[in-house]
Amino acid sequence: MSERPLYALLGEFGSGKEVLAAAKAMRRAGCGPLDAFTPFPVDGLAEALGFSDCTVQTAAFVGGVVGAAAGFAMQMATNLDFPLWIGGRPLIAVPAFMLICFELLVLGAVLGAIGAMFVANRLPRLNHPMFEAPEFGLGSDRRFFLAVLAGPGFDRARAGRALAKLKPRAIIEVPEVG
Amino acid sequence: MTSPHPVKSDPERVLRLPAEFPNKRIWWVLFLFALCLLGLFLVSVAVLFARGPGVWGNNIPVGWGFPIANYVWWLGIGHAGTLISAMLLLVGREWRNSLNRFAEAMTLFAVTCAGLYPILHLGRPWRFYWMAPYPSTMEVWPQFKSPLTWDFFAVLTYLIVSVLFWYIGIVPDLAGARDRATTRRWAIFFGLGALGWRGSAQHWQRWQRAYRVTAAIAVPLVVSVHSEISLLFAAGPVPGWNSSVFPPYFVMGAAFSGFAVVSMLAVWLRAMLGLKTLVTERHLDMLGILLLATGLLTAYGYLAEAWTAAWAGGRELQTLLDRFAGPYAWSYWGAVLANFGPLQLLWWKRWRTTPLVLFAIGTSAAVGMWCERYMLVVSSLYHDWLESSEGLFHATFWDWSLYAGTIGLFFTLFLLFVRFLPVISVFEIEEARHE
Repeated sequence: MSERPLYALLGEFGSGKEVLAAAKAMRRAGCGPLDAFTPFPVDGLAEALGFSDCTVQTAAFVGGVVGAAAGFAMQMATNLDFPLWIGGRPLIAVPAFMLICFELLVLGAVLGAIGAMFVANRLPRLNHPMFEAPEFGLGSDRRFFLAVLAGPGFDRARAGRALAKLKPRAIIEVPEVG
Repeated sequence: MTSPHPVKSDPERVLRLPAEFPNKRIWWVLFLFALCLLGLFLVSVAVLFARGPGVWGNNIPVGWGFPIANYVWWLGIGHAGTLISAMLLLVGREWRNSLNRFAEAMTLFAVTCAGLYPILHLGRPWRFYWMAPYPSTMEVWPQFKSPLTWDFFAVLTYLIVSVLFWYIGIVPDLAGARDRATTRRWAIFFGLGALGWRGSAQHWQRWQRAYRVTAAIAVPLVVSVHSEISLLFAAGPVPGWNSSVFPPYFVMGAAFSGFAVVSMLAVWLRAMLGLKTLVTERHLDMLGILLLATGLLTAYGYLAEAWTAAWAGGRELQTLLDRFAGPYAWSYWGAVLANFGPLQLLWWKRWRTTPLVLFAIGTSAAVGMWCERYMLVVSSLYHDWLESSEGLFHATFWDWSLYAGTIGLFFTLFLLFVRFLPVISVFEIEEARHE
C-alpha cells in the first residue's frame, strides 16, 4: 500500500458530532488540508473545515439574470424581425413577455445552481482514491470520516499523531489512484 | 463495500429494497397490467398517427376535448410532488422526508404524460418543434403574445427543473445504495447513477445550496406554470373561461388533485413495501389535512367562479346555468360531489389515518378533478355566441383508450422507479434523526 504516494489519512468516527469536534481540533492542529466524508450533510461541518464558496449562489444569480434577459431579448428580436400588427397592439408588449422571461429566469437559475454544483464538485468522477480504500463507504449511517489530504503543508507523522489523539475508531491510509 | 451492521434500520431497508424486493409477485402482476395499458397507449398513438385526430370526438366547436382536459389533469397532479418536496423543505417540515422522493417521481411521470398530450393533439405531432423559436426557412417566429407559446416554455422548464431537482435529491441515496450493494451488478447500476458521490463536506455544502436554491425557485415555478395553463383558457373570449379567478383556481385544483394522488401512492407503497414505520399514520394524517385544505380552497374557487358568472350575467350566466343543467351537467355535479363530498370525512383524524379511507377519498378527488377539467373544456366550447356553432362532444373509443394508455405509461414508469430506485429519501431521514 505504501508504494503509491498517499492521498489522505482517514480517521473514522461514530457520529456527526464526533467528526465535527474532530474537524475543529484538526483544523487547530493544522497538519494539512482537511475534508470530511459523511453519509448525510452534518450541520456546520463544512464551515468548521473552513469551506465557504459562493459558486452556487453566484451561478444561480447569473443564470437567472442571463435567462431573463435572453428571454426578453428573444421575444423582442423575433417581434421586430417579423412584426405582427394585430389590432393596433404594441409590438413590444412587455406584460405579455413576462411569463416567458420568468420561466427562462427559473431555468437559467436552476441550470446555473445545479451545473455549478457539479462542476465545482468535479462530478461525475467515478474513480477516486477514496473508493480504493476498502474501509471507506457511505454504506452506513454510523460511519463518518475525517480526512487529512496529502496537499500543501501535509505532515504525515504529525497528522497521524493528531488524529490518534482524537481517538477515532480506526486510522486508514488512502493511497493515490494508480 | 462492507456493511458492519447486521441489524437493518428502516432507512437501511429502503436502500436494500431493490435487491431484496418484497412482494415480487404483486409487483409483476401490477407491472404486466401497466404494460398492457402501455400497449394500449402505443396502439392508440399508432391509430392517431395513421388516421389523424378525426379518430377522437374533437370537432368544431369542441376542438379541445380529451387531450387538453387530460393534459391539464396530468399536469395538475404533477404539481403536488414539487410542492410537497420544495415548499415543506423550505419551511423545515421534516416529515416531508418520507414522502418527497416518490412524490417527485410522480411529478416526473405525470408531467411526461401531460407533455405528450398537446404534442399528440397537434394533428401533425412530428412538427411540434415549430413551437420553438428557431430561424426557419419560413422566416416566421412563434407568436410570443399567445398563451400557447407561453405553455411550451412553461412545461419545458417545469419538466427540466423537476428532473434536475429529483435527480440531485436522489444522488446521495444512490451512493448509499452503491456502498451497500452486495452484488457487483447492483453496485455498478447504483454507482453509475451516483456519479461518484462520496459525501465530501465541501460537496455537501454546495449540494445543499443548490438544492435549496432550486426548491426556493420551484415553488413560484409551480404557481407560474399552472397559472399559465389557466391562461390558455382565461385569455380567450369564451364564456366560462374568460375570468380572472382562473389562475388561483387552477393552481389550487392542481395541488388538490396532486395531493389526492400522493395520498393514494403513499397508502399503496407503505402496504406493498412494508414501509409502515417510515410512512406512518402521522404522514397519512398530514396528507389528509393537506388534501382537506386544498380541497376547500378549490371549493372556494367554484363559488368564486359561479359568483363571477352571476355578476357578469349574459352569456357568462347562461354558461353557468348550462353547467348546472345542460347536457354536461353530469360533469359539473360529478366534480362537485366527487371532489367535496367524501372530502368532508377528513375533518376527523380517525378517517385521515385510516389508509383505505384516505385511498378512497384520494381516488374520488382524482376522479372529481378529472370531471372538472372535462367540464371546463367541454361545457364552455360546445356552444358559442352563434346558434350555428353548437355541437355536442362525444368521446370515442380512441379518446378513452389514449387516456387509459397514459395511465399505463404513468404506472409503468412509476413501477420501474419503485422496483429499482430508493423510494424514500434515506439520507434526509438520517439527517433529521441525527439532529
